[in-house]
Parts: sequence; structure tokens; C-alpha cells
Amino acid sequence: MEKKYRVHLLICAGTSCVSNGSLDLRDALVREIEKQGLEDEVYIATTGCNGFCAAGPLMIAYPDEIFYQKLTARDVPYFVEEYLLKGRVVKKHLFKSPDAAESIPKIKDIGFFSSQILVALRNRGLIDPDKIDEYIAREGYMGTAKALLEMTPEQIVEELKASGLRGRGGAGFPTGLKWQFCAGAEGSPKYILCNADEGDPGAFMDRSILESDPHAVLEGMINAAKAIGAHNGYIYVRAEYPLAINRLHTAIDQAKDYGLLGEDILGSGFAMDIDLYYGAGAFVCGEETALMRSIEGKRGMPRPRPPFPAHKGLWDRPSVLNNVETLANVAQIICRGAKWFSSLGTEKSTGTKVFALSGCVKNIGLIEVPMGTPLRSIVYDIGGGIPKKKKLKAVQVGGPSGGCIPESLVDTPVDYESIPKVGAILGSGGMVVMDETSCMVDVAKFFLKFTAEESCGKCTPCREGTQQLLKILERITQGLGKPEDLDRLETLSTVIKSASLCGLGQTVPNPVLSTLRYFRDEYIAHIYEKRCPAKRCRALLKFEVDPDKCMKCGVCFKNCPAKAITWKKKEVAFIDKSKCTKCMTCITNCRFDAIF
Amino acid sequence: MSKLRIEDLKRIKESMAGTVNLRAGDQRVKITVHMGTCGIAAGARTIMNTLLKKLEESGANDVMLTSSGCAGLCNHEPMITIEDRDSAPVKYVNLNPEKAARIFDEHVMNGTPVSDYALSMGSETTH
Repeated sequence: MEKKYRVHLLICAGTSCVSNGSLDLRDALVREIEKQGLEDEVYIATTGCNGFCAAGPLMIAYPDEIFYQKLTARDVPYFVEEYLLKGRVVKKHLFKSPDAAESIPKIKDIGFFSSQILVALRNRGLIDPDKIDEYIAREGYMGTAKALLEMTPEQIVEELKASGLRGRGGAGFPTGLKWQFCAGAEGSPKYILCNADEGDPGAFMDRSILESDPHAVLEGMINAAKAIGAHNGYIYVRAEYPLAINRLHTAIDQAKDYGLLGEDILGSGFAMDIDLYYGAGAFVCGEETALMRSIEGKRGMPRPRPPFPAHKGLWDRPSVLNNVETLANVAQIICRGAKWFSSLGTEKSTGTKVFALSGCVKNIGLIEVPMGTPLRSIVYDIGGGIPKKKKLKAVQVGGPSGGCIPESLVDTPVDYESIPKVGAILGSGGMVVMDETSCMVDVAKFFLKFTAEESCGKCTPCREGTQQLLKILERITQGLGKPEDLDRLETLSTVIKSASLCGLGQTVPNPVLSTLRYFRDEYIAHIYEKRCPAKRCRALLKFEVDPDKCMKCGVCFKNCPAKAITWKKKEVAFIDKSKCTKCMTCITNCRFDAIF
Repeated sequence: MSKLRIEDLKRIKESMAGTVNLRAGDQRVKITVHMGTCGIAAGARTIMNTLLKKLEESGANDVMLTSSGCAGLCNHEPMITIEDRDSAPVKYVNLNPEKAARIFDEHVMNGTPVSDYALSMGSETTH
């Protein structure tokens, strides 16, 4: 007989909430619930990342569907007494919408959640990722059963093609087609590989899927293996994801225990094994040919294509490499059909996409929306808009390979066709919102610094080109920019784009090109006027007070850590440059834009 | 653990249905035990435990058992409210474990309100 509880408390145990103390919260709850004698009434489970990372540690109470945020171990005794004993919702920990006076108890009424459609993340916050039975209860392994017992490899490929699923790692290549190429390739054994080497700064889509629903990825790999005729799979996961690795190990062990991996799966006669391979964190190893070299134990560097991995991949055998999110969609496509999947999204970009929403928005976290959702809806409906009454300036989409989309184009639909048209790429799903205090030259420099460090150095355009681009950008932000720098940036970018060996080099110039395209005036201000309009580039700031703008409030004086500012009531502040450390505290705090 | 067959998958799925349904919020009947200070003092905890045990024995997956605060009739505690999806809510008063068990069998499982213990049909208007 299944044990019944009246309340299920689902505590988010994604990396973000764990580092905010969600495991301490769980332990405190277990202790307090035992103390109150409620252990037979209340069930406590930990789940994968819930997505609303900014409000952690998070907990959802079922069946009331109440969303509790910022709950710590210290709050537990009061919470247990109020909510579990007396049945009163604890208002202090409810979500408060910035626009509404009342707090919102129900998870489905919170804009951040209600505007999302979950496919790849459907089990997040709903099941305990360490319990295979909970996964099975939510249609888990039904797709595998169908693929292995009822479908031929060709039918699986056709279903995937009909669904229109495209690779979620960034390139957007049709998954079904990739499988077809490999299925038709000669040579054995064949390999199915999962790319969990998520490297874009600020992106954590794949980590979150692995942490909240590892079995979905295993299922995707089993289905793919049947389609292409492979019996071995590797998950290439970066060693910096210890929690994801733990949960994957648990999931693989449980699946083996149930005979869902190994010989004769579900009595179908099909055999499949999956192993983990830890990556050391080089950005370039997310590129498919470099990733395969890394698994082979060699230095992770890309090689020219063709031959494509579908013909000569891992150990020169036919291989398919799919991204975590792509694989997480597969079993549901098999289970619920291609039609269901292609009814989501747009005609050419079907399904949903997971994004890591960060930067200057009120609600930071992990979101999943149908393809074709306008950028505006992501920033305002889900993200809750820009905090501190600042204005939206641009949205950086696609990580270091992506580009900046300016405010004027915020109605662009987010899909594989529209985003490249405005100079960015969908990428793996990084999305950084920037307000008017971001300097676009500085943003381009930030991403270039990352890619210049991560360039593997094999081909000259990428190795030398990124260094030169970075040098020019650094010069401009130092106030040493020359008029010819603009042309030079453009020429260099074009060369790097067309001459680099792999996807890393080919996309490296995107942040530079897109900021040049939409924010050329900022480059011009830096170079010709030696001025940073967003007041970000320290070398271009004078640290002086504009007497016309200064409201004599003294906020700069009170906050200056170097005591470099003198101010008296009803007098304009004065900054002593010999003491000033250029720490920017005064500029950040001045509400009247009076320091320049 | 021996190897799973497709029937085993379905069996596991069904045995876990209660857990998942509770989180999916798809219930036929909602039982609310009023657990304000007054309710707890009058013995609402034993009512809750009785109902939980009955629920477990019944194996029903579509019944939601929850608690809430004082219903305003402190001298009639312990109280419960039963909300059936298709009819008006019913408030039961002055309960003990035996009465609660009978209400569970007759009202929750069979859909016939127990008029002996019922205070009223319907609910206050909320704004």
C-alpha cells in the first residue's frame, strides 16, 4: 500500500538553492517535523532546480501549490507551527510581485512561472531526481518502451524529423537528420554522445536539466542509440558540475538495476550502456570534434570537417553528439508524437527553448518558453522588467558567440530564423539583460576576453585574431582609441569569421560586430570624445562633480570609502583626486548623474 | 532487482499515482481539517490522523487532505469541511475519530453527506 501524506514539501536542491542553504533547510524541517510528531503526515523531498534562482532557497508545498521563497533553517520552527500545524499560509515567505500590493501564494499565479511552457524541464521541482519511481510515475521510460518495443530505427528517425527538433546546443541542426546520417554510415561500433560541457558564462540550462531530471537525458540517449544502431553512450560532463555528476551516477545505477540499461532492455533484445566522462572545463571542448578528441584522451582541439562525426567521430567511428536539452526532448516526442511537439513554437523552429535569464531583470532564473516568443515578453512578463526604474538598453543573446539586440528590436521573436537576422545567435540559451548603465564597448571587451583566453590556439585567425581584437577594444576603453580602429575591428572580425576552423572562432566576433552595428555612437564617443556615455570605463571618467547637476544631498560623501569627498549641507560636493581610488561608489550612488 | 518489463513500468506508475496526483493538483474531493489553536486544543490532530489513515487504507488517489485555520465556530471544534467537486461544501462539527471515519466512508467515498454531524451546507461569501 502506498503511504499517504497530507502535505508534500518539495525543496529545491539545485546548485543555486543548495549554496543558499536549502539542504540545511531540509534538515531543519525534518528535525522540527519529528519534534512536532508530524512525520507521518508530511513528506519532504528534494528536487532539481526550480528555475527561480534569485528567490532561493525555494520550497513548494503541495497539494496547496504554495510557493515559498527565501526560506532558511532559522524560519523553520515558525513555519512548521503556522503552516503545518495551524494551516495558515506564511505570508512572510510568499512571492511579492513588484507591481501588486498583495503577495501571491499560488505558484501558477506568479508571472515568472505562468508564462512558461515546460517540456525539457517538465519534471523540475515536481519529482525527486534521485528516485526513479517518481520519474516513471510521470510517464518516465514510456518513450523508451515505445521506441524499443514498437518502433524500427527508421520510424524513430522519421518521427524526430517530423517533429522538427533542432539541436539545442547552438547550431540548430535538425536532430532527425543528424541521426539519419549516422544510421546510414558504415562502420561499427557506433557511439551516441551527450554534450554536457556547458561553457557559456552565466548559462546553466544543461546543468539544471541534469540535476532535476537526469533520467530524461538517459532516455533520450537510449532512443537515439536504437535509431542509429549504437550500444555505447558517453556523457561528456564538466567536472565543475559535481551535483549533476552525482545525480547522473545515481540515475545510471538505478536504470541498470531496473534493467533499463544493460542487456535486453524491457525484453526488447536491445542492449545499451552509458558511461560518464568528465571534462576539465576547456570552453573549446564543447565543440563536437574537440569533445571527441578529449574523450579519446587527447588534447581537446577541433579538426576540420568533413569528415563529419556522423561518419568519422569518436575513435573514427560513426557518432552522434547531441546536447543535453535536445536529448531531454526526445523521449517525449516519441511518447506523445511529432505532431504534439511541432504544435509548439513556430513553423521552422518547433518546440520550446530553455534560457538562463540574468542581468538587469527583477526575476533572474531558468525559463522555458515556446520558440517564437518575443524577447519583450521574456524580459517583461517573465523577467518582471528592469529594476530600479532603469531603462532597457539591450539583450545579449547566445553567450560569447552571440550578439547584443538593442531595445528598438525587443519585439524580435526568439527562434532560429529571427535572431540571426538581427546579428545574434540563439546559442545554447544564455540571455543577459542590460540596462542603460552598461557600456557596450565594455560588454564586447568582456566576451572577447573570455574567448581570447579559451581559444585553443590551433588555427591562426582565431588565436591571433582574438588577441588583436581584444587589444583594440582595451585601447578604446582606456581612452587611447584611434579613428582607424573602427575599420580595423570590422575587417579583423570578418576575417576571423570566415577563416577560423571551428564554431568557436567563427562566432567570436559576433559581440563586436553586433555592438558596432547598433551602438556605433558609443564607440565614436570613446574614440573621438574620450567619453564613456554609460560611465563604465574608468579611464575615461574624470571623477569631478558637475555643480549644475549636484543636488547637494551628500550621498557621495557618506558612501565614499576613501574619504576623498568633502561636502557640507547646501554645498556642492568636491572630490579630492589625490585621495580618490576610482572605486565608482560615488557614481553608482549618485541619483542625479552629477559625477562625470 | 530483477529486470523490468513494460507491465512493471505500468505497475510502478500506478503505485506512484497518489504521489504524483497530489502534486498535479487534480482532486475530486478536498477535506479541510480546521486546525486553529481552538481546533488543535479540541483534538483536531487525532481527526487529521484518523482521516490520513482512512485515506491510506482506501487507496484513493483523488482525495486531497489539508489543514486550515479556525473556521470561526470555536465552540464546535473539531471541525472539517468537505468540498466535493460537483456540490456545495459541507461543514461538520463536534467531531471525534469515529464520526470522522464515518464521514470519510459515506461522504468522501460514497458521495452522501452525513446529515447527523453536518452543521451547514455552503460557505461564507468571500470577497
